[in-house]
Amino acid sequence: MNTIFYIAAATALLSSILAITNRNAIHALLYLIISLLSISVIFYILGAHLIAALEVIVYAGAIMVLFIFVVMMLNIGMEEESEKKWLTPGMWIVPAILASVLLVIFIYVLKAFEYEQAATEIIGPKQVGVSLFTTYLLAVEIAGILLMAGIVGGYHLGKQKKKVMHRFMVKDGERK
Amino acid sequence: MYIRTEEDEIMVTISMEIQILFAALLFLIGLIGFLVRRNIIFMLMSIEIMLNSAALVFVIAGAHWLQADGQVMFIFILTVSAAEVSVGLALILQMYHHFKTLDADALRKLRDSRENEDIPQ
Amino acid sequence: MRILIPLIPAIPLLSFLIIALAGRFISKKAVGAIGTGSVIFSALITIAAGLYFLSSAGEGAVTSSVYSWINTGGFSAGISFLLDPLSLVFCFVITFVGALIHLYSIEFMRDDDGFRRFFAYMNLFVGSMLILVLADNLLLLYLGWEGVGLCSYLLIGFWYKEPENGYAARKAFIVTRIGDTAMILGLFLLLISFGTLNIQDLMQQASGRWAAGSPLAVISAVLLLGGALGKSAQLPLQTWLPDAMAGPSPVSALIHAATMVTAGVYLITRTHVLFTLAPVVMTAIAVIGAITLLIAGFSALAQHDLKRVLAYSTISQIGYMFLAMGIGAWSAAVFHFMIHAFFKALLFLSAGAVIHLLHHEHDMFRMGGLHKKMPLIFYTFLTGAASLSALPLITAGFYSKDQILWFGWTSASSSHWLWLAGITGALLTSLYTFRMVFITFYGELKTEPHEKAGALMTVPLIILAILSAAGGFIELPENFGPVHLFSRLFETVLPSVAIEEGSSELIFQIVSAVITLGGIYLAYLLFFRNSPIVKRIRGTRLSDFFYSGWGFDWLYNFLFVKPVVWFSEVDRKDFIDAVYTSIARMTGYFNVLISRSQNGKLRWYVLFLTAGITVLLVVILSL
Repeated sequence: MNTIFYIAAATALLSSILAITNRNAIHALLYLIISLLSISVIFYILGAHLIAALEVIVYAGAIMVLFIFVVMMLNIGMEEESEKKWLTPGMWIVPAILASVLLVIFIYVLKAFEYEQAATEIIGPKQVGVSLFTTYLLAVEIAGILLMAGIVGGYHLGKQKKKVMHRFMVKDGERK
Repeated sequence: MYIRTEEDEIMVTISMEIQILFAALLFLIGLIGFLVRRNIIFMLMSIEIMLNSAALVFVIAGAHWLQADGQVMFIFILTVSAAEVSVGLALILQMYHHFKTLDADALRKLRDSRENEDIPQ
Repeated sequence: MRILIPLIPAIPLLSFLIIALAGRFISKKAVGAIGTGSVIFSALITIAAGLYFLSSAGEGAVTSSVYSWINTGGFSAGISFLLDPLSLVFCFVITFVGALIHLYSIEFMRDDDGFRRFFAYMNLFVGSMLILVLADNLLLLYLGWEGVGLCSYLLIGFWYKEPENGYAARKAFIVTRIGDTAMILGLFLLLISFGTLNIQDLMQQASGRWAAGSPLAVISAVLLLGGALGKSAQLPLQTWLPDAMAGPSPVSALIHAATMVTAGVYLITRTHVLFTLAPVVMTAIAVIGAITLLIAGFSALAQHDLKRVLAYSTISQIGYMFLAMGIGAWSAAVFHFMIHAFFKALLFLSAGAVIHLLHHEHDMFRMGGLHKKMPLIFYTFLTGAASLSALPLITAGFYSKDQILWFGWTSASSSHWLWLAGITGALLTSLYTFRMVFITFYGELKTEPHEKAGALMTVPLIILAILSAAGGFIELPENFGPVHLFSRLFETVLPSVAIEEGSSELIFQIVSAVITLGGIYLAYLLFFRNSPIVKRIRGTRLSDFFYSGWGFDWLYNFLFVKPVVWFSEVDRKDFIDAVYTSIARMTGYFNVLISRSQNGKLRWYVLFLTAGITVLLVVILSL
């Protein structure tokens, strides 16, 4: 089990790095999907079988596909030139420094505590479902409202403004 | 085919520090990606990486404490992420229509307006 | 009588208001009538109050309170007036001589466009001066003090269209302001020490609490002396009075001869208890008086302008008053003040008449031979000059000056050097006075007078001439049959001077008479006969030194004016102010700098966000 963890972790990290450094949007998204699949594997070996499946279905399957649809709709692939201009090597310095400082802090915090053993048993979908619909019922309802807000917002924001021309207007709302 | 029996146990003996450290590394990668890329699609992607890593920490913790709460949190994070991505992509479409570019630096209308540039004598 | 006393200053002030507000609408004659009438009215009230006061001799001083001006925090000062022999004498001089001068100015200023303005200022002056001498507390006195200073400025610069007059007025105001500042500091010190500025209370508490020679007494006396020096034009603040002759002659007569310059004398005499508590200050007063009278006497010898001679003469005579006060001869100082007011006003008015009738010619050496052309003015001028030189027996000046010189020799707190300075000053006085007389009125006629003086100008001259001659008979020395009307008046108010016995007064009278006559004869030899010595002296460095008033103007210019002007040139861009504006500029600069960080770019904001979180985490974890 441990080796599977290490392999999956390495894959996730590597593909994430490749995702953010890629110039082509579609390629980056595909690398991201690989990263998500690796994390799903980690979920599985930690005993969270339900959400391993959910990760693949929802995250990798729906959200990333949404991304890909939008990228394809916007025809981004043609803009590799501007990507090259925007992604100069000099831009990596400050974020790298900042991230390494944060890393040091994380390591320091993690080292300060003592942890015991990790996963020892599978927590199945039945347990999760029971927990969802008893303890966290209210949160589920709110999550539902949130999704509805997302739908309505997405519909509205995605709308193109129709150019309504009054017969006395010339263009863009100017009066004749 | 591997048939799970009662005796099967999940025995991941890696200490929790390493697991959370891995999640932290993923988060940092997402952060770096956000700060570096100028294309707004990539920024949104980096946000997804960061969200994912945070959810990973929840699951690790839930597996440690042997409770379903971690997975429940993951479901909620997933929900939030989905809603946010859909709205965000819709906004990106609008932005592309108006500015004809996906440059995040093009959205600068909320900058300081530079009205009072003159220094008092 | 209590009701009458506030009327004395109130009526001139009322007429000032009337003339100032409504003068434009009434004729010049009416303005002159109102202006002069108010002062005459005040004089009548003063005489009435004086008679009443003298008859009910047992009553002592009379206080009359009009209005409670300040009453807060344990300190109260009201508009209340005190009538006692000292203020009575001063009121009499101010109103009487003032009325005569107002009468004179109706004709003198008749052709002037600023006629109404003149009378308004003069009335304001008389009102302020009366407030000064009648004031019950030092705060009200200071009000009058400032009022006369203001009127002096306004009247010196009366003909404001000439820039030099404005400079002279400004110089007068600034120099006296230095004295005023010292005085107000003295008032603060007294207030802090005693909690009251009421003069009677102060004098009582001071003599009770402060021992003779205690440092606080000395300091407050020095500060008050500073104020007196400024107003009375004594060393070192005497430089303004010669330049103040830029004003019209009635102004010089009233303000700079009879009244305002004697305000210092009044102040010191009024607060004499305080000064007697500080003997070193008394010595200083006497020494300053002695030195000033010598310096001014020498300077008067070298002047060309008729009025400047009289100005230096005023400084010198007030030096005599200071000398008298310094040795403790208080009533002698007040006596000399009164007599001096008479003859100096007379001299200024007749000099003004001469100048006026000679088309505003000021230079003595361009006058001459006038004693036939204007006989009345000549004889009145001669009377005044004789009184100034203390011509023996027949002039009032002899009695007053002789009294001072006598006390100068015999007083317990005086030294023979002071007498010597006084007698030298007497010689100088008769010398420069009769130089003035001979050069102006004898010799060949250089400028023709263009008209005769009218009655309004000559009557005051005559009255003042009579007073200059006969006014001294109320105070005769011991060996003339003692007549001590004047000093007896002051028994209740001023201490008498302590005399060392053993000298004969007759000898000293003979000595001073010889000196006076000798001075006149010397002037006759030098100036009547146009002696060649005079021509040789004029133009030498010594003569120029005396002419410039012993170089004080140059000294002050060098010490004070030049550095300030230099600094204001250096500070042209106001670099001291730049220190303060630099704070504002720095803030603005940093504002511009920091607001550049709000550039609207999302990634920048997230960068700063993470940097902030990092710093926060480091801080929290390190605690």
